[in-house]
Amino acid sequence: MSEQSLWSVFVNAALVNNFVLAYFLGICPFMGVSAKIATATRMGGAVMFVMLVSSVCAFLIHHALLAIGAPFLELIAFIVVIASTVQLVEMFIKKMSPALFRALGIFLPLITTNCAILGLALFQTNRDYGFLQCVAFALGAGAGFTLALILMAGIREKLALAEVPEVAKGSAIALVVAGILSMAFMGFAGLAA
Amino acid sequence: MNVKEPSATDEFIKGLWRENPVFVQVLGMCPVLAVTNSAVNGLAMGVATTFVLLMSNSLVSLLRDFIPKQVRIATYILIIATFVTIVDYAIEAISLDLHRALGAFISLIVANCLILGRAEAFASRHKPGAAVLDALGMGAGFTLALLCLGGVREILGAGSLFGLVLFPAGFEPWIVMILPGGGFFTLAGWLLLINHRRQRRERAEAAGGPLQEAGR
Repeated sequence: MSEQSLWSVFVNAALVNNFVLAYFLGICPFMGVSAKIATATRMGGAVMFVMLVSSVCAFLIHHALLAIGAPFLELIAFIVVIASTVQLVEMFIKKMSPALFRALGIFLPLITTNCAILGLALFQTNRDYGFLQCVAFALGAGAGFTLALILMAGIREKLALAEVPEVAKGSAIALVVAGILSMAFMGFAGLAA
Repeated sequence: MNVKEPSATDEFIKGLWRENPVFVQVLGMCPVLAVTNSAVNGLAMGVATTFVLLMSNSLVSLLRDFIPKQVRIATYILIIATFVTIVDYAIEAISLDLHRALGAFISLIVANCLILGRAEAFASRHKPGAAVLDALGMGAGFTLALLCLGGVREILGAGSLFGLVLFPAGFEPWIVMILPGGGFFTLAGWLLLINHRRQRRERAEAAGGPLQEAGR
């Protein structure tokens, strides 16, 4: 088991090695749903929740599969569990809070194809995190994802009013902005002890 | 229904250039940006993805009459995950260094929306032959894009290509290009170039003539 403190796991996942801006995980929703701050916030919340649940599940699966000596099934098990977790969360929210369900809309099922979730499960097993570290890692990664999404949305709202050259409209200018954000986040590198 | 069947070469070229998964459809961004800090990594990732795409496309196409509609996505994911596990173990056996360089991104091929997208949009509706060609074309296009990105980033960021040193010792490498930010900038640069070419062609077509420089 790795010896990192919980706080350093959290800061590392949220800022230093931000999932979106340093590992390029979850780029699709990052580009797709970052047009408005309100939707970005909701998407971030949903992703964070699914991350937390699937991180705990992945921890249990990893140890169960190690116990029966079948680590090659890990990837298949992870993806199935993530897909069913999202489904479960969807049904749960629909039952408990129809208002929230309507607000999240299409974003919930989309989370299944978010590689940040699978990446989280894979990274935590690769790094041999303990249970509490997994939870901290999931919270940090979720917070980092939400932060990146909201920052991007804020910039894009301003960008809509700016005069962008015809060739750069759409993905190209969004990528340049993401690149600059990514460089800014490199400034956090000293935080990881 | 369109009567005219697209020819075999057309099916292949479509993925390679006209509907290039990265430059035109902007699909499968995560591996595109994450592993292209050198040309070798990009090439390996491209080949691995092509293999998974080829196998999953042909299997999905063969089974397309047997897979119930309601559970098709889950079935596709299972098929894809199986082949990705095979690729993961194969790369580990062939080159441990490469496996370490690509890391978790080999497993993350599962979550590449390109593969699931082709299974759903193409393989589930076409005969195995066409599905194989589609997979080869898309895979080649994806590999080409990864090479373009990896090549540019390695040349500028490390002053070499495929490990061969290109510049004299006085060359100061642009470190930023092999860092995450460089990935975004390089891809943005390629998209700008392609957008520019497309717009020029569209303008030329609108002006009535085939691709002619209209006094610019």
